[in-house]
Amino acid sequence: MSVPARGVTALFGPSGCGKTTLLRAIAGLERYRGGFLKVGDMNWQEGDCFVPPHRRPLGYVFQEASLFEHLSVRRNLEYGIKRLPRAGRKVSLQQAIELLGIEHLLERKPAHLSGGERQRVAIARALAVSPRLLLMDEPLAALDLNRKQEILPYIESLHKDLDIPVIYVSHSPDEVAHLADHLVLLEAGRVRASGAISNMLTRLDLPLAHGSDAEALVEATVAGHDEAYHLTYLDSAGGRFTVMRKALPVGSAVRLRVAARDVSLTLEPQSGTSILNIFPATIDELIPEGEAQVTVRLMVGGMPLLARVTRKSASLLNLKAGKPVYAQAKSVALLS
Amino acid sequence: MLSGSDLTALAVTLKLALLSTLILLLLGTPLAWWMARTRWRFKFLLEAVIALPLVLPPTVLGFYLLVALGPHGPVGGLMEWLGARSLAFTFTGLVIGSVFYSMPFVVQPLQDAFSAVGRRPLEVAATLRASPLDRFFTVAIPLARPGFFTAAVLGFAHTVGEFGVVLMIGGNIPGETQVLSIAIYDHVEGLEYVQAHWLSGGLLLMSFLMLIAVYALNRRFSVVRP
Repeated sequence: MSVPARGVTALFGPSGCGKTTLLRAIAGLERYRGGFLKVGDMNWQEGDCFVPPHRRPLGYVFQEASLFEHLSVRRNLEYGIKRLPRAGRKVSLQQAIELLGIEHLLERKPAHLSGGERQRVAIARALAVSPRLLLMDEPLAALDLNRKQEILPYIESLHKDLDIPVIYVSHSPDEVAHLADHLVLLEAGRVRASGAISNMLTRLDLPLAHGSDAEALVEATVAGHDEAYHLTYLDSAGGRFTVMRKALPVGSAVRLRVAARDVSLTLEPQSGTSILNIFPATIDELIPEGEAQVTVRLMVGGMPLLARVTRKSASLLNLKAGKPVYAQAKSVALLS
Repeated sequence: MLSGSDLTALAVTLKLALLSTLILLLLGTPLAWWMARTRWRFKFLLEAVIALPLVLPPTVLGFYLLVALGPHGPVGGLMEWLGARSLAFTFTGLVIGSVFYSMPFVVQPLQDAFSAVGRRPLEVAATLRASPLDRFFTVAIPLARPGFFTAAVLGFAHTVGEFGVVLMIGGNIPGETQVLSIAIYDHVEGLEYVQAHWLSGGLLLMSFLMLIAVYALNRRFSVVRP
């Protein structure tokens, strides 16, 4: 397996597929004979050479916050910093504290924190050691929905604000859609496939495109706002999307999710429709989905989309690979 | 009230208990740490050996120690060959006996405490650049602190209360090996019930206070298991 040393790479797969084991091996917490691991220009494991975890410049966020219960929040944060050489301190303690919004918790003991606060402190603690690589093992899995919503923006901002590559273990498609740039799909201890997130989600040979929640992700930038109709225009590789107005500055990057079940296909450009997001597209590939449906992978410019239509429609429209069609997206969700 | 010889016995007892507890904590900490973390399949054999004094009559332990430490035993013989005197009926012999006798009372609470800490905090420390020794001193020991308190108090109290082992290997030499429990025995033998009451009552009160401290400060304290 090889992953890019930038952005967020998600290790994704069902429980027990080896995601956590892989992450622990990257950290050096597990040791496998004959393993090979290289991060950037650093060899962490090769043959008899094994760099122990405390000599690897990484940060690790565990599923449970695992704060040191005998130390205050401040001393938890300082634990790793004290052990760094001065030259290695690139992220300041203050930066980590501000990024995770935990100024008001510093003098407390971990026992007096909520689940969400504990996990924020744990993330700040891992960041404060200025890691060259940040490993996160389902940091949101032990939290309820509200706590997840509380922390997700912090994790999103950390990969925008700090240029630290992140490897993120998750079995939640929703978290992956929010955070990942790159996806590694694991199955029964092996890497099934890996690649850019937008490509992986729409590959018809992988299970991701076949669930009832199958979707495509679109990277876009805010192009402008329509004050009269209260709309926002977003430009992507595939064309311009129109969504309800969001208070975002022009030029900011956003991610859209387009669910396969919300995309319908026509042979002619539709007039007299209420749908605003219509794009000329080419059918790339299509395969049956159960008895009654077909999943279609479309290319809109360079951008892949999925459409879920009935087998009857596919037959009536004579849908096949290479055929030009028009894709209309009934709804589009803005992720960030 | 307490006579001069009673005070001497008290001094010997406290010295013995403090010294034994100190040695037990120094030996017991690495041993308990290793036992809490090893996956060695014959660990149960070592656990059984350490727990022996819980069930063995103290006189049996004392007898074997006497044989080993006496002039004709392996340890005592070696001492004499080196030009020192054998360890039977000496304060040093008494300390050695106490260390064996009180071992489970120190090792078991420590082992339980280290097990309760678990691997996770140590793994976290490893990812925060702490070396194995650093992790042991800055994470494992502070988190196992309740266990250290329990181990120290139980080791101390149990050493103060020993009788059989002392009688076998220490004898009854005032100022060297006569401890409180033996002094009480002497008083009763001599029908000096007033002195016996003072010493017994004092020991009872001290033991009770120490256990109250353990239970109050350390609610997760688990009774030493045989």
